[in-house]
Amino acid sequence: MAELVFDNVSKRYGKGAEVLRDIDLSIAQGEFCVFIGPSGCGKSTMLRMIAGLEDISAGELRIGGQRVNEMAPSERGIAMVFQSYALYPHMTVYENLAFGLKVRKADRAAIDQKVRNAARALQLDGLLERLPRELSGGQRQRVAIGRAIVREPRVFLFDEPLSNLDAELRVQTRLEIARLHAGMPGTTMIYVTHDQVEAMTLADKIVLLNSGDAVQREGSVAQFGAPLDLYHHPANRFVAGFIGSPKMNFIDAELESATPHEALARAGGTAFVARVDAAGSPRGTRIALGIRPEHAVLGGVAGQPNTLAGTVAFVEQLGESTCVHVRLDGGLLFTVRERGDARNRVGETVTVRCDPADVHVFRADGRSFARTRDAAAPQALARA
Amino acid sequence: MRGHMRRFAFRVFVALVVGFALFPFGFAVFTSFLGGNALYDLRDVEASSFGIANYRALFESGQYFGQSILNSLQVAATVVGLSLLLGVTAAYALGRIAFRGRGLLLMAILAVSMFPQVAVMAGMYELMHALGLYNRTLGLVLPYMLFTLPFTVWVLTTFMRDLPRELEEAAVMDGCSPWRILVSVFLPLLWPVLVSVGLLAFVAAWNEFLFALTFVNQDAGRTVPVAISLIGGGATSRELPWGKLMAASVLVTLPLVAMVLVFQKKIVAGLTAGAIKG
Repeated sequence: MAELVFDNVSKRYGKGAEVLRDIDLSIAQGEFCVFIGPSGCGKSTMLRMIAGLEDISAGELRIGGQRVNEMAPSERGIAMVFQSYALYPHMTVYENLAFGLKVRKADRAAIDQKVRNAARALQLDGLLERLPRELSGGQRQRVAIGRAIVREPRVFLFDEPLSNLDAELRVQTRLEIARLHAGMPGTTMIYVTHDQVEAMTLADKIVLLNSGDAVQREGSVAQFGAPLDLYHHPANRFVAGFIGSPKMNFIDAELESATPHEALARAGGTAFVARVDAAGSPRGTRIALGIRPEHAVLGGVAGQPNTLAGTVAFVEQLGESTCVHVRLDGGLLFTVRERGDARNRVGETVTVRCDPADVHVFRADGRSFARTRDAAAPQALARA
Repeated sequence: MRGHMRRFAFRVFVALVVGFALFPFGFAVFTSFLGGNALYDLRDVEASSFGIANYRALFESGQYFGQSILNSLQVAATVVGLSLLLGVTAAYALGRIAFRGRGLLLMAILAVSMFPQVAVMAGMYELMHALGLYNRTLGLVLPYMLFTLPFTVWVLTTFMRDLPRELEEAAVMDGCSPWRILVSVFLPLLWPVLVSVGLLAFVAAWNEFLFALTFVNQDAGRTVPVAISLIGGGATSRELPWGKLMAASVLVTLPLVAMVLVFQKKIVAGLTAGAIKG
């Protein structure tokens, strides 16, 4: 019904280079899809193309099977929540909610009905006669959402809706948006953010966008998939580094040998085993190993495989966890996420160890080797 | 102690400025109530010389002063109405739509206001004749827009440009046509500015003398500034009816003062509107 399809869509301004390139996506009806990427990657532009506020330079955008490239924004069956909320300052909350329907010349009683329903759902009942400037940030946000709801759109667009809220309200509103989505199962939602936590918690699917040179090289979409897919099976080094916080550690290495299940590599003097399928790559291939801070632990015997030695450079205590930044003997900085009660001192000599199942391996051009972790897991279970 | 002195000095300064600004007007009001010799020599002022004789004389039969005020009101109101309509629509295009030559167009509009009135007089005379506007009071609206439109367009464009883009986009998503956006969304936000600009246009049209003198030459069609200048006829200064002149000046100034007082709050809001986010 309201499936949203990008068919080879590109965007360029004037005669300049394409800022968005070769976008092929199919977002199913009712899905919550988050666009995320570094600043300047064009995620907001992409959203505005769906809204009809930006032209599509090439390719086709379809909503519910229908080409919408040339349709006016108001004909597309979409509603948008703006970053600044964009409430009409001179209208009361009621008028703000009703305005879109009034422009459409809807029946007065029907408008009233819809506005009151939306107001009730968003707990705005008591505020209908107020002006936007008399509302708190959270209330304004709810009015902005309400204005979108009353139009009963097929596709709901959010442009960084939480970025103007303080931390506590942000968490609360995030939950409300999740609840909103659950309450509108047929409505597709597209959400733009630069905040990973929002992306991971809200999304059914994430679109991670490339920026800079990578756009021209590989197109705009770095990876499209479920949040945990992007986390566990990043398509390339950029995705692996972008998703997850603190950032994944990368170590340059050389391939020693590879089977469909396991690869052996050497980084400096240390041997590494990784559960990836690098079969077919010759010995000596330049690769990069990727290890997430939360998958590494302090400890182990220096000289053993998958174990690195270094000294503690600095320590960040977050309460529930501690980030220990280790200066490896090669000079590289390596982050390890330890438990909150870790008491490591700066200057202390430590070793860092990780499980072969947790090591990602990337080719020189950045593409990742498929991980065999999940294939290996049942075997491990069978052995146990 | 020093702070005290400083505050005192400041108050004296303010009093001086206010005195300097208001003295001529105060003196005009005072003079307008005088009659006879007291007009020329303050030593002759006594209780009996006060009265509203000067005002009464303005509206005696055979005088067109009342008619002149109506003419001026008509012309000024029409100028304000047309300037705002054209100004707002032009500002919408110039402030919100990116098109080639926008900067050049804005400069051209500004350049129009740089010509001194005398320079356009001859051409304007021909134009008025050709359009059949010569010697018609309302015809003055055309030359007046020559100086009200440029600043109206410029000021409104500046404010229009500063309105948040997302507000316009929200209206587009709500299905508004450009005209609807202008009327339902932008105009309510621009009210204070419209009032300020409208008032300035009104004052300019109300006070204009040269065009009014040149393009209308029948007594019943004169606007107020011209009418005042003609009160004394061609008499020598000793015979000028100062009392009547002063009474007329006061009457002409009052509507402006009243309007400024009424709209004062809006004007201040308009002048600072850019400082706060909507």
